[in-house]
Amino acid sequence: MSALHAHTLTQLADGLRRKRFSSVELVGELLARIEKSQPLLNAFISVTAAAALEAARAADRTLAAGAGAALTGVPIVHKDIFCTAGVRTTCGSRMLENFVAPYDATVVAKLKGAGAIMLGKTNMDEFAMGSSNENSYFGPVRNPWNPQLVPGGSSGGSAAAVAARLTPGATGTDTGGSIRQPAALCGITGMKPTYGRVSRYGMIAFGSSLDQGGTLTASAADAALMLREMAGFDARDSTSVDTPVPDYVAALEEPVAGLRIGVLAEFFDKGLDADNERCVREALRILESLGASVRQVSLPNLPLSVPVYYVVAPAECSSNLARYDGVRFGHRCENPRDLGDMYRRSRGEGFGAEVKRRIMTGTYVLSAGYYDAYYLKAQRVRALINADFVRAFESVDVLIGPTTPTPAFPIGAKTDDPITMYLNDIYTIGANLAGLPAISVPCGFAQGLPVGLQIVGPHFSEARVLGTAHAFQRATDWHTRIPVGYA
Amino acid sequence: MALTREQIASIATLARLDLTPSEIPVYQDSLSRILEFVGALERADTADVTPMAHPLPGLVQRLRADRVTETDRHELYQQNAPLTAAGLYLVPKVIE
Repeated sequence: MSALHAHTLTQLADGLRRKRFSSVELVGELLARIEKSQPLLNAFISVTAAAALEAARAADRTLAAGAGAALTGVPIVHKDIFCTAGVRTTCGSRMLENFVAPYDATVVAKLKGAGAIMLGKTNMDEFAMGSSNENSYFGPVRNPWNPQLVPGGSSGGSAAAVAARLTPGATGTDTGGSIRQPAALCGITGMKPTYGRVSRYGMIAFGSSLDQGGTLTASAADAALMLREMAGFDARDSTSVDTPVPDYVAALEEPVAGLRIGVLAEFFDKGLDADNERCVREALRILESLGASVRQVSLPNLPLSVPVYYVVAPAECSSNLARYDGVRFGHRCENPRDLGDMYRRSRGEGFGAEVKRRIMTGTYVLSAGYYDAYYLKAQRVRALINADFVRAFESVDVLIGPTTPTPAFPIGAKTDDPITMYLNDIYTIGANLAGLPAISVPCGFAQGLPVGLQIVGPHFSEARVLGTAHAFQRATDWHTRIPVGYA
Repeated sequence: MALTREQIASIATLARLDLTPSEIPVYQDSLSRILEFVGALERADTADVTPMAHPLPGLVQRLRADRVTETDRHELYQQNAPLTAAGLYLVPKVIE
């Protein structure tokens, strides 16, 4: 096999098992691509080339002996929010610029246990706060489809790396759309599982009632394979749910004939770009032609999901990020006068502008006199939105709509107004508030840029969500498109 | 609602964030806009609605057996510390 980078994760796992190429060849080719792309895309914060090649040699010995696990020798990359033992873990922040994780996140350990090889750690919005990857201390990531444009965020490095075929798979995290939105803007497949499905041990916390780890890959079949190895109960995460992990790969071939699709009326609003709408409507016609039934569904409280999110997420972030005090790890200012000065200056210097904005928003909505008006009110509206989803899933199996209102936008275009930036996640936040599994898959192009289709299911319906996405990808070839210059 | 300079300074104090004088008007503007934006929540009728703290109904916090499961790895952990001595984390003097 030549040009190994163009193959999917599933194909590469299979090719390695059949010894059609070696892990060393594959890892070497991808490391060369990463090095070449880095000055332009800036998709990586750290590249672990030597360790990756050493692991590849070990994987080749394992495979030669006829042994191995599901992903033996397959290269992947991790969003730099996942702790990796002995490897710098920055979360895109100056605060953790020199932080070397003392242990592996469960997701990292599980993928390593399945035989996967880490090539490096991907760039991201600082502490996963952003929708454009412009909030990274390590500089913006650029979109492989057009380097003047953002890749989306916060898992922008992971999305750009998969889109540019620098890796067949990447981990990401999704608090309000941070896997699905960059996947849509980069023309790849991004899967956020049910809240509690994937362990968050060693995944740096942002909004604890929302955060969930997931995958960025070229296809839904690849997502199924990677998620099967990542998911599962973990006693070290108190929000981890003790429910068996189905074989998502085996479930991919479930037919979509008879599937009841609800089209989210609230998502086809005036903010939706006409070309995005055209692509999504065409995708619905394709799913209908495969035997699914499509009906309109209304979730009347869903338009309030962004305001709910911008109370709940900052509140949780202000609490979670209180741990960065310059005492035991992270940035400490020079020559502190006293303890208070050390806290204030270490945090003032260590955090970037958007992180500070969210900490302060969260501090305000939790402060005396405002807690009821903002935080409790938002939690009540969150319950209404959740009830809308529960009601919708009484009559449909999945909900479908666009992932984002528009295709990728220019770097710098939305940095002046936080509200404009926040509205990028208008279609993705609902699934986080209700803790639902959701995937974004490529469904066409608008002005030459990829458009994402979002499929949302009830709690723990990952198999059905992935199966629906897979059926769509068997009928279309949008997910096989590679940006010019990276084929 | 528009926040004053004093309110921003007070929030920054609560959040233990040192802001430069040029940062204050920036946050005055953007936090005011965010609060105006989330003010849309007021219009929702939430009488008798129980606040939702997390998305998994019925999830109860698990308890584990009360026994030691971690080993002493303070040397490894303290490699990330800004300042240590004799296995202790050093901070500026708290009590004169």
